[in-house]
Amino acid sequence: MYPDNFYYTKDHEWVRIEGDKGTIGITDFAQKQLGDVVYVELPAVGTNLEFHQTIGVVESVKAVSDVYSPVSGEVVAVNTELNDSPELLNEDPHGKGWMIQIKIRDDSELQKLMTVEEYEKFLEGLEE
Amino acid sequence: MIREPLIFEISNEGKSAFSLPNIDVPVKEDILKNLPVRKEIAGFPQVSEPELVRHFTRLSKTNYCVDEGFYPLGSCTMKYNPKVNEKIANNHKFLSSHPFSPIDLVQGNLEILKMTEELLVEITGMDAFTLQPSAGAQGELVGMMLIRALLEEKGDPRKIVLIPDSAHGTNPSSAHICGYKVQEVKSNKSGTVDLANLLNAMKEDVAALMITNPNTLGVFEFDIKKIAEIVHAKGGFIYMDGANMNALIGNCRPGDMDVDVIHLNLHKTFSTPHGGGGPGSGPVGVKKELIPYLPVPLVEKGEKGYFLDFDRPKSIGRIRSFYGNFQVVVKALAYVLSLGHEGMKEVSEIAVLNSNYIRKCLEEDFHLEYKTPTLHECVFSDKFQKVHGITNLDIAKRLIDYGVHPPTMSFPLIVHGALMVEPTETESKRDLDIFIDAMKKIAQEAKTNPNVLKGAPHETYVRRLDEIGAARNQVLKWEGTAAQNEKD
Amino acid sequence: MRYISLSDKDKKDMLKKIGVSSIEELFSTIPKDVRLKEKLRIPEELSEPDLIRRFEEIANKNSYDNYISFLGAGAYAHFIPSIVDCISSRGEFVTPYTPYQPEVSQGTLQAIFEFQTLICQLTGMDIANASLYDGASGAAEAILMAHRINGKPKLLMANTLHPHYKDTIRTYTKNLGLAIEEIRFTESGATDFSDLKEKLDENTSAVIIQSPNFFGVVEQIGTVSELTHKNKAMCIVAVAEPVSLGLLEAPGALNADIVVGEGQSFGIPMSFGGPYVGFMACAKEFVRQFPGRIVGQTKDVDGKRGFVLTLSTREQHIRRERATSNICTNQSLCALRATIYLEALGKEGLKELAWQNIQKANYALDKLSIVKGIKRKFTGDIFNEFVLEFERPWPELEAYLQEKSIIGGLGLDEYYPELKNCALFCVTEMHKKEDIDRLFESLKEALLQS
Repeated sequence: MYPDNFYYTKDHEWVRIEGDKGTIGITDFAQKQLGDVVYVELPAVGTNLEFHQTIGVVESVKAVSDVYSPVSGEVVAVNTELNDSPELLNEDPHGKGWMIQIKIRDDSELQKLMTVEEYEKFLEGLEE
Repeated sequence: MIREPLIFEISNEGKSAFSLPNIDVPVKEDILKNLPVRKEIAGFPQVSEPELVRHFTRLSKTNYCVDEGFYPLGSCTMKYNPKVNEKIANNHKFLSSHPFSPIDLVQGNLEILKMTEELLVEITGMDAFTLQPSAGAQGELVGMMLIRALLEEKGDPRKIVLIPDSAHGTNPSSAHICGYKVQEVKSNKSGTVDLANLLNAMKEDVAALMITNPNTLGVFEFDIKKIAEIVHAKGGFIYMDGANMNALIGNCRPGDMDVDVIHLNLHKTFSTPHGGGGPGSGPVGVKKELIPYLPVPLVEKGEKGYFLDFDRPKSIGRIRSFYGNFQVVVKALAYVLSLGHEGMKEVSEIAVLNSNYIRKCLEEDFHLEYKTPTLHECVFSDKFQKVHGITNLDIAKRLIDYGVHPPTMSFPLIVHGALMVEPTETESKRDLDIFIDAMKKIAQEAKTNPNVLKGAPHETYVRRLDEIGAARNQVLKWEGTAAQNEKD
Repeated sequence: MRYISLSDKDKKDMLKKIGVSSIEELFSTIPKDVRLKEKLRIPEELSEPDLIRRFEEIANKNSYDNYISFLGAGAYAHFIPSIVDCISSRGEFVTPYTPYQPEVSQGTLQAIFEFQTLICQLTGMDIANASLYDGASGAAEAILMAHRINGKPKLLMANTLHPHYKDTIRTYTKNLGLAIEEIRFTESGATDFSDLKEKLDENTSAVIIQSPNFFGVVEQIGTVSELTHKNKAMCIVAVAEPVSLGLLEAPGALNADIVVGEGQSFGIPMSFGGPYVGFMACAKEFVRQFPGRIVGQTKDVDGKRGFVLTLSTREQHIRRERATSNICTNQSLCALRATIYLEALGKEGLKELAWQNIQKANYALDKLSIVKGIKRKFTGDIFNEFVLEFERPWPELEAYLQEKSIIGGLGLDEYYPELKNCALFCVTEMHKKEDIDRLFESLKEALLQS
């Protein structure tokens, strides 16, 4: 279920690497925990993000959740479709529900993240 | 049932439910010539008086209220609201008094304010009260401002406010507006403040601990004096959220528990009605050293009678216009005087008896996360029903079908699927049993017919509403478009 | 006690069920050393007739009954149609909690939705909330909101803003590190644009003005908003006397960003200062930073229209310390009164009411300012209040009027030391021509006496 070419965080964000760019979103587990997403707040293009800095907020009717940047870098694109269709985060969290794309500053940070195997194991631990 | 349209949808040109006498001064036709004048108030309704009365009477019938039945909303203290208090507060000599009236013409009003302050001092064991805060949350803000003002004068306002994880959401929000960082204190297995955790967290940069006692689980903080000692030892203050004062009133006093600041909710403990979400009143009581910082003005008695004292150089200032929600204070005073000291004590005793009766009757049917003895409320959870796919929301909605209002579900955050039940002292055994029976039936239905819960409520004016749609596709006023009208 | 519904037998049966022998046992978790050992020193229980008598005695110590009053200054005497009291005192509106369970709260929710709509129509703004405590704390909330939106460190406040609003703003913003400067007023009694221009800069978060202002003078909101927007600051308009909106252009049409106000004039008795009802409206783009409860329209599972509290993630019960405000309980029942009132008056009624107010106040102003020893203080156009300057000390005149059973205006030197012997008068539809003429005669006499 979780794509094997992504990196994952303990806060349930994912990042997909293409060249020096990373696309970031939240995982299927995260969207299920939140329930129906009604609002997504995203940073402006050009924002410089530190490792683990808040990139935005995802809201359901009764909960608010911060989203943190898995890697540092400059925001080069944001998914503006989420403004009108926040439900994309529920429907397709690993695809159309992506949130931002950043230009990665330091790819050694990826080592701090989890592979799909590690993430799935981490989830099992949570469910116990 | 007739579906009641929005007033704008039944409005028609030329109607009105209002009449004024003809103007009796010479009219100056050019009076508006230099003013920015509007053409009209576009969309403003035009209806007759009978239409308006029917509109609101029909709407009123879709509301559930305390006058109709049991309303066990935890931490909200939905007790019966005595009718005589309304009558008293509606005396035109109170209603028509202008807040800037010459002081010698409103001695009655000032006497009411002073008397209420003095009675609240006695009831809580604090040293002084301000009646100005408009509701509990504003009381919290005032309380934190008082603490900050005193600490500032001592040289350091400090940075952090400690708040137990079981607290109301207003606590962290109020502390934040006052410029403090919020740090959570964990609860222990019995649902009370964990002393080791507190000891650890209580540093010299902590301004105060905000504590609710009994807490939102209905559990009395048994170690309250030790807690106060730990906080005081490092120069911090104890702020008590008095939302649950109904458990204590007449039997013990926060002032005797070394609390430094407390707010009360007159619309909870003192039975001034909630009005569907206010007006409330959130008086704040303090110990001596905080008195100089109370908001202006305070009512004092001098040789020529009562007066308003604005000459308070250390005061935090004003927190609203005039002197607070006066009319709410009148109702609270009428309540206190009608109860007397004996009645006051009975309030907490019967509130605690009613709550424990419900707890005992339902403890086998609904999970109790914390087994600690409770006072005026108890918090069940949906754990037993979850195995059948039933959540606290389903239970709540099904209760509506049985004619009672659901308990509180949104907190405490430390209980998942919470059902916080606070019966208050005014309920009859019959009403308590109606609730208990309904809850037992629901526990059965969860096993045998979960769908009837999922689809509840069944008989109401509207059934479950699409809150997700409301948040995604915001319609926050009548726009006059056909799409907004109800389709049959 | 008459509000307890348990019989002695009930109590016994319940204790038996619980498995304790006394109520006292249920309090065992409270340590002995914090239990009350003596009776509370509060009076014995009063029966209902005695209670009523007691409060009548106290109420009779309010002795303004036979006076004519010309006080305004943030609390206004207007006629309240009987249906307002009649409908708003129904138990179905008075005794429910905040509408957290929408299926059994449609009455309250729909009324608030209508309230939000009426406020939007009056102010010319996109969205309005379910109410705030009052105009003063509403103004403070608006300042906090502007600061959340642009984070800039400076606030400009018109000196003609109600003194209570100014004080409340100062208290609420004390810990924000906001530098507050006041903008002077001119001889017209309105905000001085040159002073505003001078003080406005890129660090300005917001400019707040009141119209009609504390002196009753109508401000030029359009000019203020234009200057404010040039500096990328937010323009906040406070309305303390909202009856004026029956005639005057909506602040939204004059490009205000946030409109806050006091709704007391709309069917809420003066009650010695409260409870009143604050209202607030803004442009839709700021909805995420908007404080207070908001009701939205939606559908139920059968497709029927219904209303719910919405966008709650802004609020304290979900966002806790990051909420847009700590407000929880607001002024729902007062908002209901305002809703009934406005719907009763309707489009033409409110306009006629505003017309009568402005006519009567101007009649009074014209009449009084020709008296020898009285001067119209400000040249600006007024709505239903005005400032007069007297040749003799105001306290003496005030005392003289009081002897004649007239409560004159509000002396201003306490709030504006530069306005010595000036007083603020309010005239509404409640004043008959002969009331105004009586004030005229009495003031003339008082001034002749010296």
